[in-house]
Amino acid sequence: MPDPKPALDSLPLKAHAAGLNFHYGDFHALKNIEMPIHDKRVTALIGPSGCGKSTFLRCFNRMHDLYPGNRYEGEIRLQPDNVNLLDRAVDPIEVRMRLSMVFQKPNPFPKTLFENVAYGLRVRGIKRRAVLEEKVEEALRGAALWNEVKDRLHEQAFNLSGGQQQRLCIARALATEPELLLFDEPTSALDPIATASIEELIAELKEKVTILIVTHNMQQAARVSDFTAYMYLGELIEFGWTDDIFIKPKNPQTEAYITGRFG
Amino acid sequence: MPNSEHLSRQYDSELEDIRSRVLQMGGLVESQILAAIECLASGNVELMAQVTDTDRRVNSCEVEIDEACSHVIARRQPAARDLRLIMAVSKIVTDLERTGDEAEKIARMARQIHGRGRLQIPRSADVSQAGQLAVAMLRRVLDAMARLDATEAERIIAEDVTIDDAFRGIVRQLVTYMMEDPRTISTALDIVWIAKAIERIGDHAKNVAEQIIYIVHGTDVRHTTREGHGEPDGAE
Repeated sequence: MPDPKPALDSLPLKAHAAGLNFHYGDFHALKNIEMPIHDKRVTALIGPSGCGKSTFLRCFNRMHDLYPGNRYEGEIRLQPDNVNLLDRAVDPIEVRMRLSMVFQKPNPFPKTLFENVAYGLRVRGIKRRAVLEEKVEEALRGAALWNEVKDRLHEQAFNLSGGQQQRLCIARALATEPELLLFDEPTSALDPIATASIEELIAELKEKVTILIVTHNMQQAARVSDFTAYMYLGELIEFGWTDDIFIKPKNPQTEAYITGRFG
Repeated sequence: MPNSEHLSRQYDSELEDIRSRVLQMGGLVESQILAAIECLASGNVELMAQVTDTDRRVNSCEVEIDEACSHVIARRQPAARDLRLIMAVSKIVTDLERTGDEAEKIARMARQIHGRGRLQIPRSADVSQAGQLAVAMLRRVLDAMARLDATEAERIIAEDVTIDDAFRGIVRQLVTYMMEDPRTISTALDIVWIAKAIERIGDHAKNVAEQIIYIVHGTDVRHTTREGHGEPDGAE
C-alpha cells in the first residue's frame, strides 16, 4: 500500500535541535536530543512528568537563562537564517522577539484587554494608534476572541473567563507575528468547551505559524498535532507522524506509554 | 508483543473479554460448518435445525461484540495495538458472522438435495473434503487469533488457494455430469452452491488472518495477496 504521507526529510524545517543537552546544575535534564520541527505544522511533545518535555520547550526561548547553574550544550537552529538559538552570542531578547509562548495557566497582564495585546507591539516601538488598533483586532480575530470582546476592549483582562483569558494570551502571543508558537500545556486549566475552542484555534493557526505544544493529554496530542515526540527521562524515544505514533509506534516504550501500560 | 498490563486492570479485562468472546463466536461458527457438512452427507434433519439455531446465537455474538468494541472506544480511547485490536475485531466478527451464513446456506442446500430423494450425489466426497479443508483453515485462524501469531496468519493466507482450486475442480467436474445427463442439473447446481459457500468460508478465514497481521504488525495486507490468481474476490 502506498503511504500518502510525504517522507519526513522532504518537509521544510522551521527549527532543528541537534546534540542538545541541558543541565539544571548537576541534573542532566535533556540527553542528546535530535529533533526536527517542521514548518507550519503542529508538533506535540508527550511523556510522563519529569521527562524533559517542558525543559525542551523552554530551551527555544532561552527561559533557562534566567537561573544560574543552568547549562546548554548543542544547538537549536531556527530557519530560514539558520541561527543557533542557544548560542551565547545570540541575545535571548532577540530570540524571544521571534517566538511566543503560552503557558499552562492564563497569565494576562493587569491591564485592559487592548493593552495586553498591544504590549508586545509597544515594546517593539509601534506607537501609532491606528496601527495598534488594527494589529490588536487582527490578533484577537486570530485567537477567535474578537467577536466576544470587541465591545469591551478597555475592560480589565481579569474580567474574562478562564478560556477567554487563555485566548487573550494567545492573541497577545500572535500580535507580534511570531515564527514559532510555544504552548506549554495550554488547556490543562480549562474546561472541555474552552479546551475545544483552543484546539480548534491551533488547527487554524498552523496555516500561518509553526507550533510546538507540550501536553499531558495524549488525546489532545492525537487530535491537534501532525507530529508527536515521545520523551522519557530526558531522552527523545520516538518521533514521527502522529498517526503512526498512535496507531503503530515503532518503539515498545512509546507503545506502553500511549496505551496506558506505563508504570 | 509485550505482555505488560494496563495501569487500569478494568481496561485489561475489557479487552481480554472481547478477545475471548471472538474466540467463542469462532467456536460456534466452526461447529456450525461441521454440522452443515454432516447434513450433506447424512441428510439429518435435526442437524439442519441445529445449524439454523446456532446461526441465531452467532448473529447476537456479532452485535454484542461490536457493542463492546464501541464501549471501549468511547470510554478508553484505545491507541496503538489496543486500537488495532478493536478495529480488527470489529471486522473479524463480520467475517465470522458471514461464515455462519454460508454454513446455513450449505445446510439449506443439503435439505433440498436430500428432499429430492436422490441417493447418488455427484462429487459429494470432494465437496466434503473441501469442507474439511475450510473448517481446518477456520480452526487454525482462530488459533492464530488466540496466540496473535502473524506468521501462522501469513501461512493461512497463502493456503486459501487450495480451497479455491478445489472449488474450481468441483465445478469443472459437475459441468461434465450436467452435460451427460440433464436430470442431474438441479442437484449439480445445488452442489455448486455448496462448493461456492465452502470457497467463501475460506475467503472469510483469510480475511480474519489479514486482520491478525494488522493487529500484530500494524500493516494492512488486504487486497495485496491475490495477484495472479485471476478471479476478483468479492470478500476482500
